[in-house]
Amino acid sequence: MEVVLFYIAASVSVVSTILVISRSNASHALVYLIVSLLAVAVVFYLMGAPFAAALEVVIYAGAIMVLFLFVVMMLNLGPSSTAAERAWLSPGMWIGPAILTFILFLVMLWVLIGIPDSTSGVAVTPKQVGERLFGSYLLAVELASILLLAALVGAYHLGRRYMRARREEIG
Amino acid sequence: MEVAFIMILPVLLGAVLGAAMLIWWERRLLGFWQDRPGPNRVGPFGLLQIVADVIKLFTKDDWVPPFSDRVIFTLAPTAIVAGMLMGFAVVPFGPGLAIIDLNIGVLFFLAMTSLAVYGVLLGGLASNNKYSLLGGLRSAAQMVTYEVFMGLSIMGVVILTGSFNLSEIVRAQEETWFVIPQVLGFAVFVIAGIAEAHRLPFDLPEAEHELTAGFHTEYSAMKFGLIMVGEYLSVILTSAMTVTLFLGGWLGPDFLPPIVWFSIKTGLFICFFVLLRASIPRPRYDQLMSLGWKILLPITLINLLATGAIVLSMEGAA
Repeated sequence: MEVVLFYIAASVSVVSTILVISRSNASHALVYLIVSLLAVAVVFYLMGAPFAAALEVVIYAGAIMVLFLFVVMMLNLGPSSTAAERAWLSPGMWIGPAILTFILFLVMLWVLIGIPDSTSGVAVTPKQVGERLFGSYLLAVELASILLLAALVGAYHLGRRYMRARREEIG
Repeated sequence: MEVAFIMILPVLLGAVLGAAMLIWWERRLLGFWQDRPGPNRVGPFGLLQIVADVIKLFTKDDWVPPFSDRVIFTLAPTAIVAGMLMGFAVVPFGPGLAIIDLNIGVLFFLAMTSLAVYGVLLGGLASNNKYSLLGGLRSAAQMVTYEVFMGLSIMGVVILTGSFNLSEIVRAQEETWFVIPQVLGFAVFVIAGIAEAHRLPFDLPEAEHELTAGFHTEYSAMKFGLIMVGEYLSVILTSAMTVTLFLGGWLGPDFLPPIVWFSIKTGLFICFFVLLRASIPRPRYDQLMSLGWKILLPITLINLLATGAIVLSMEGAA
């Protein structure tokens, strides 16, 4: 049962990811990206990581994709940008990435064949995730939060300069 | 974790019918508070007003604007309703009376409400109309902002219970309801809940005095009806979650069954929602955003810190 569900969710995520890359309309691509993230969340759940699945939906599908959509709305892309996008996605430019991806795929197959049973099949509870995050991986968590803080300060700095210019403009 | 399939149909029916009834109830209640009758003509107390509205919505011309993105335009209202209905799956209506007793129930609720936001955003974007786009943009910023506090304000409750499971959260309130130790979390959760449901006073995504009808300007007939049902569903869901997380859920004195206590509390909270709508004017958009980031976020963080510190020191003492 789980195997069937896994293959369904995994194929949905692969197909929708391919569609994300090949769509020329930005908002359609975004909708497929949301679907892809949801499918990955289902895969996480099936692998016994309900906490990671929930966070995948809350943070990636729920918050980060909203910001992507926000940017798409701000840019207000019309039919002209769709046409430009279509021109960039000519068949010729697929060759290089396709070859590289195929090599990567072969490597992954080789790795997967080497490991007989890759999923442990044990459910990980939110508590265990928390203990790991704030126990053995504390340093990584702190580093990530410092990185985010730096991004926040940087964004504030850029925004402030723009606001000062605006204020002088208005007088 | 077993799914109670028997529960699905009653919950679905209850939620949708409740949302429909709320359209009439809200208008009557608003009328009462604003010293006017409200809809009282169709049937006894105007109760058949809903039936009249539904007939009207179903028989109207269902117009999809030719300049819109047809597929996304049509799917957007369903995303709102589907997301909200999914959220009802984890609400514990009584002891053991939930569709699924998920051990990450709180997170599931947050995930489903954040997915329902896409209906508003994509609807606004696909309408290809400047008012809709502005409404969609506003709701994107508003939702992302208020989701942050909504999540963080619940975490105090999660710390006190030690679980994301909603039934366990209710059981942990047998001595005191969490509204007392978590009064700051409660206040922030309610404010964020109103903003998340984009109800008055925080209905800036549709603010009719400046944006016509905001993100649903181009919607008509039953698509508009679905958006409205989604909004009322989110009012019910937010009230039910507030009751579960802060007001003791199904707990109450023994002379009434638990599910009745749950319904009474939720109903009262819905009336409180309507009272807010009747009494508070709409803030400006920048006021709303600075209220969020400059006041509510620090309050939530302080609440979380204090809760964590107290729980830790109590454990140390014991």
